[in-house]
Amino acid sequence: MKYLYYPGCSLEGTSLEYDISTKVLLEALDVQLTEIEDWTCCGATAAESQSHLLSYVLPARNLALAEKMNSERQILVPCSACYLNLKKVEEIIKKDKDLLGKINSVLAEEDLVLKGDVIVRHLLDVLSNDVDIEKIKEISQNKMSGLVIAPYYGCQCLRPFTVFDDPEDPHSMDALIKAAGAQPFEWDMGAQCCGASNTSTKPEAGRALVGRILKAAKGADAILTVCPMCQMNLESSQKKISHEQGMDLEIPVLFLPQFLGLAMGKTQNDIRLDLNLSNTGALTQKIV
Amino acid sequence: MSQVSNEHLLEQTGIVKEMIQTCIQCGTCTASCPNIEFMDITPRHMWRLLLTDHAEALFSSKSFIMCSSCYYCTLRCPRGLELTSAMSLLKQAASKLKLKQFRRSSLFYGAFLDSVKKNGRVKEMEFMTHFFISMKNPVMPFAYASLGLKLLAKGKIRPELPSGGKGKLTALFNKVAELEG
Repeated sequence: MKYLYYPGCSLEGTSLEYDISTKVLLEALDVQLTEIEDWTCCGATAAESQSHLLSYVLPARNLALAEKMNSERQILVPCSACYLNLKKVEEIIKKDKDLLGKINSVLAEEDLVLKGDVIVRHLLDVLSNDVDIEKIKEISQNKMSGLVIAPYYGCQCLRPFTVFDDPEDPHSMDALIKAAGAQPFEWDMGAQCCGASNTSTKPEAGRALVGRILKAAKGADAILTVCPMCQMNLESSQKKISHEQGMDLEIPVLFLPQFLGLAMGKTQNDIRLDLNLSNTGALTQKIV
Repeated sequence: MSQVSNEHLLEQTGIVKEMIQTCIQCGTCTASCPNIEFMDITPRHMWRLLLTDHAEALFSSKSFIMCSSCYYCTLRCPRGLELTSAMSLLKQAASKLKLKQFRRSSLFYGAFLDSVKKNGRVKEMEFMTHFFISMKNPVMPFAYASLGLKLLAKGKIRPELPSGGKGKLTALFNKVAELEG
């Protein structure tokens, strides 16, 4: 299996371990990635708060670069915010040819053209639909048995484009968690919002949402995420929120490919568990 | 209160009003919003104000900047309205009109995009420094210091001085500005 790869800015910086563990896991599953040459920022949520056209041009530039590479037709994206931005362009240009024309008149500044023949896929979509789960089972040999793991999906890989899971009651991670030998934690917070960039611009509001999720996760051994923003929000203020709420809400938070990597015998260093901000020791102690 | 007349605000939000024209005021958006407890007026109320041309009242509330783009309202709206996009368009209008009460969010996103324009990719340290400088608030950086230090210690962010010269995406940004007028 081969895909073009769009890591996005977070995976080069604040979520380096997501990039590394994604590559380590996919290599072990015989998936080949080719990074899009000269990719740039997708605009995150900043572009759409400032300019309508820019919020389409920034992701479109990357799709045009992907088309220009003229190799694979599918782009694998681990970050949910990048995924949504790229997907948004893939979807809208099928219907809105005026907008496509405008986008192309801007991309002409860099001699790029967007035709619209690449498909944007989220890492979780690829892991749950393309990859052979039996292989994860075979290699992991129930390594994570005895653990109860809370799958956290967040928003933007599920909504508004409902591509690979139920947008209100997602379950695509369950099979992957079971393949590692662990038990999925039953909760209804998997598709709730982590506050996204509110944690930077309106911290009290952001912490309220994170607090709700952490509280609901009590009883699980760890939370898994598939988005750098969710990961950062769930990990970075656990002490502060515990203090504010007067109860211990600390819990290990891992990226999904970190967890699956560990299950498949990769070392903590291979998947850079040292880079996580939450205390992951409570989890690793329990892995036999 | 906003510093811009109701007429001027209506001009800027005409496109949003058009988007939500078929709103039936059912309140599903309000019931679905995770940030509702931090809003002084509800999303349903916001759409009502827009539909009845009370833009000034809408912009005297900060409700729409509380939207964290979770897309629950868009998913559940029985009229199929793209309410999350409508929220974004209101944020754009507030930023374009330089409304004082939205200064913090506007400057945050502005600093982010400046970093993207220059470097093509986000450099967190550069854009946060730029944000702090533009806020002109010497105490504010301390609110972010604890996380910043953790990230520095892990090598996840690197101290970088703003770079000069011709920006990586300047041509694209300029063309967008030209087309949007």
